[in-house]
Amino acid sequence: MNMGSFTQQFLQQIINGLSLGSIYSLIALGYTMIYGIIKLINFAHGDIYMLGAFIGFVATTKFQMSFLPALILAMVGAGLAGIIIERIAYRPMRNAPRIAVLITAIGVSFFLEYTMILIATPQPRTFPAVFSPTVYHFAGLVVNNQQILILVSALLLMAGLTYIVNHTKAGQAMRAVSFDPDAARLMGINIDRIISMTFALGSALAAAAGVLVGIYYNSIDPLMGTMPGLKAFIAAVVGGIGILPGAMMGGLIMGLVEAMVSGFFSSTFRDAAAFAILIIILLYKPSGLLGKNVKEKV
Amino acid sequence: MLQVKNLDVFYGAIHAVKDISLEVGDGEIVTLIGSNGAGKSTTLHTISGLIKPKNGKIIYDGTDITETSAHKIVEMGLVQVPEGRHAFSNMSVLENLDLGAYTRKDKDGIEKDKEDVFKKFPRLYERRNQIAGTLSGGEQQMLVMGRALMSKPKLLLLDEPSMGLAPLLVKEIFNIIKEINDQGTTILLVEQNANMALSIADKAYVLETGRVVLNGTAAELAASEAVQKAYLGG
Ligand SMILES: Nc1ncnc2c1ncn2[C@@H]1O[C@H](COP(=O)(O)OP(=O)(O)OP(=O)(O)O)[C@@H](O)[C@H]1O
Ligand SMILES: [Mg+2]
Repeated sequence: MNMGSFTQQFLQQIINGLSLGSIYSLIALGYTMIYGIIKLINFAHGDIYMLGAFIGFVATTKFQMSFLPALILAMVGAGLAGIIIERIAYRPMRNAPRIAVLITAIGVSFFLEYTMILIATPQPRTFPAVFSPTVYHFAGLVVNNQQILILVSALLLMAGLTYIVNHTKAGQAMRAVSFDPDAARLMGINIDRIISMTFALGSALAAAAGVLVGIYYNSIDPLMGTMPGLKAFIAAVVGGIGILPGAMMGGLIMGLVEAMVSGFFSSTFRDAAAFAILIIILLYKPSGLLGKNVKEKV
Repeated sequence: MLQVKNLDVFYGAIHAVKDISLEVGDGEIVTLIGSNGAGKSTTLHTISGLIKPKNGKIIYDGTDITETSAHKIVEMGLVQVPEGRHAFSNMSVLENLDLGAYTRKDKDGIEKDKEDVFKKFPRLYERRNQIAGTLSGGEQQMLVMGRALMSKPKLLLLDEPSMGLAPLLVKEIFNIIKEINDQGTTILLVEQNANMALSIADKAYVLETGRVVLNGTAAELAASEAVQKAYLGG
């Protein structure tokens, strides 16, 4: 491999990594928001992403919707699912030991996966090509319009979320609840409502990721959420769980590392690399790249 | 304005508040004194709806609020400044004040009240863009009091506002409490500094291990031998 093709390959993997990574970022945001507000690792989050993909699939195939309406429908549908799941499964456990809630989340995850298998069969479905793929070549690099679509959609969604969290009253209330729930209640904040809103937002972002991935890989199935869910969780931990910019950054790092490993070594090492990152972070900076190093109070 | 009737509060098996009754009249300053662990904060938390009592009733402004949720109680004008301040220390002074006004929609009124808070606490104005966590203890106490005022309280519960403050600052805080009361806000004040509390209060209740053991006008209690001995170092 001469130097020129190395650079080219490197840049190509950056392009691939960013589009994959922005998917992880979208999912990781939900993990981190929900953790921030109720200190729960929502293991069902990857399945919300799957649900979003399936809603998008039904919208585009059965109802012939175009990309944007299908995306919005998937986001709204998954957002509602998120609200219902919190209401039914997690809220009654609000004061239960954390391990009990964690196990509940794993239960919810299985419930969603196998309910979807019951409804849709375990067969992968072909996600329709809502955009005819166009491939652009420049300077020896290859970019397709789907990668651009993913990156642009993800960036817009992240910008929207950042705006909501930092510049709206509801976003301010979210930050207050996640910082000190009792103090937030003493401000007159209805924390149940804010928690519902957090689940809705996080789930909607995961659903958007699901639709984008469906478009990108053309294939969806009821267990598609497991691996991306796990990797997005790692991304959230890498960035610093509970920290929104951390989740965005963690997702991009995961995507880039995976792309580099697939490009320069072999895609069989891709998943191993993701877990290696987790181990390294947990060893050297357990609070995450953007996290402050504080010992948890016991 | 507020009647608490035969309140019993438990933390699991711990009986923290035992059959407490108390009354706060319109426009009064009532103080609740007692040593550590007497159940003062538990009483305030129960009034604010953060904890639900096992038995008893809380009547505010003629309405039974025993089962009302905490955020609705704030909307009704019953507001608490909790022990240990609990400023949102990752947010700026201004953002903290905005959160105080969370239940309100009258933009103009909010701006006006913010100016009033800054008039009461000029130090907060100087530091309005500073992150609350970097304020001194005294400034944080001013901030959380100002934040509570932003919600236009009719009844303000204050839990140990003088805790950890230098004597001069304690005086300033008590002057401000008096001023807030003079402007029409009823106050229920929990204090360990019995001397200061009795000096500004109309009525007082003394709590010991979850029970009211004494009550009367502030002047009566300040003169009583039992209180002198136990709380006033006399
Ligand atoms: N969350 C809790 N869980 C269990 N027990 C609690 C809890 N909070 C308070 N207690 C217990 O209830 C009793 C009353 O506590 P409370 O905080 O009301 O006292 P206090 O009068 O406010 O004391 P201080 O002056 O130290 O603030 C204490 O024995 C305390 O240990
Ligand atoms: Mg206390």
